[in-house]
Amino acid sequence: MSTELPEPASKIELKPGVGGGGEIPQFNITLRVRRYLPETTADAYWEDFELTMYGTDRVLDALHKVKWDHDGSLSFRRSCAHGVCGSDAMRINGRNRLACKTLLKDLDHSKPITVEAIKGLPLEKDLIVDMEPFFQSYREIMPFLINKGHEPSAERYQSAEDHAKFEDTTKCILCAACTSSCPVFWTDGQYFGPAAIVNAHRFIFDSRDDAGDMRLEVLNDKEGVWRCRTTFNCTEACPRGIQVTQAIAEVKQAILARSI
Amino acid sequence: MSKASSGTLYRGREGMWSWVGHRITGVVIFLFLLVHVLDTSLVRVSPGAYDAVMATYKNPLMALGETALVAAIVFHAFNGLRLILVDFWKQGTKYHRQMLWGVLALWVVTMVAFSIRHLSIAFGGH
Repeated sequence: MSTELPEPASKIELKPGVGGGGEIPQFNITLRVRRYLPETTADAYWEDFELTMYGTDRVLDALHKVKWDHDGSLSFRRSCAHGVCGSDAMRINGRNRLACKTLLKDLDHSKPITVEAIKGLPLEKDLIVDMEPFFQSYREIMPFLINKGHEPSAERYQSAEDHAKFEDTTKCILCAACTSSCPVFWTDGQYFGPAAIVNAHRFIFDSRDDAGDMRLEVLNDKEGVWRCRTTFNCTEACPRGIQVTQAIAEVKQAILARSI
Repeated sequence: MSKASSGTLYRGREGMWSWVGHRITGVVIFLFLLVHVLDTSLVRVSPGAYDAVMATYKNPLMALGETALVAAIVFHAFNGLRLILVDFWKQGTKYHRQMLWGVLALWVVTMVAFSIRHLSIAFGGH
């Protein structure tokens, strides 16, 4: 047994700068965070943090750096940190984004990067809002399969064409970036909001579901789809690229088609 | 809560600003209609009073005001058609931005034509 094993590829030494292992660019940023500490101050205020960050960092990394190295009292939500859980929706430079999906290198470093809580929901602390009104609307549209037929012994069949009708709206992660970007929702908290309508759309247009009429009835309300003023803020804010305004328009058309 | 949550203005894009424009022009048109109904109904009270009120409108300031009013109405009308298309045309949400540029182009054309005619009558003298 004297076979000579070749050196594993992972052990090959590269010269510095070869093979993409070069130094990651560094830059300085000013992170301007809208702070709100209800225990100590009555009003919210801006606080600046000077940070040195890397080209691979996201806004979430900057927030981590503040919390871990500068000011441990900074409060924000994040769970998976990879754009799936939908915990860290916030207003970055005036627009709703996920902090974990916004790369610092894509932002303008000559000006402070502003980070605020999402609008329209009760502010609890710093970047944390009370999501209960948001989830209340979500529950009201019954976001689960309702099927009155016999339970099949195998899966419920659905053609690719039928699936395509609601494929886009299955992508929602309930981050509230859309609902809290809606000018109607800011002033009228009773409005269901884009996220609830998107999730209703997901079942209304599902051929396996039997409760589409019930959901259309819920949304055919003064505070339902007719509140939508097509500002497209929701479509622009969605971190999953869901065509939210399109989905709302389809629900509007379905309600009209049903009543004719 | 309102104090604590106030921050920067939301940086919406074309869709949001066209909605803001639609709202503002809508309120302007409503206020005009309010005054318009009042001054027109004066003719039933007394034709003399009606003529007197109409005469006060014939000045350069009102001519500019009328231009602004027509600007608001024309935008509201064209953008209203765009909103109907956004809601009910299948491709509407896809092309809402292009349709807004169309609305603004039509608005400019209409306003240039109207302003030339209206202001030349108002300021040209007879």
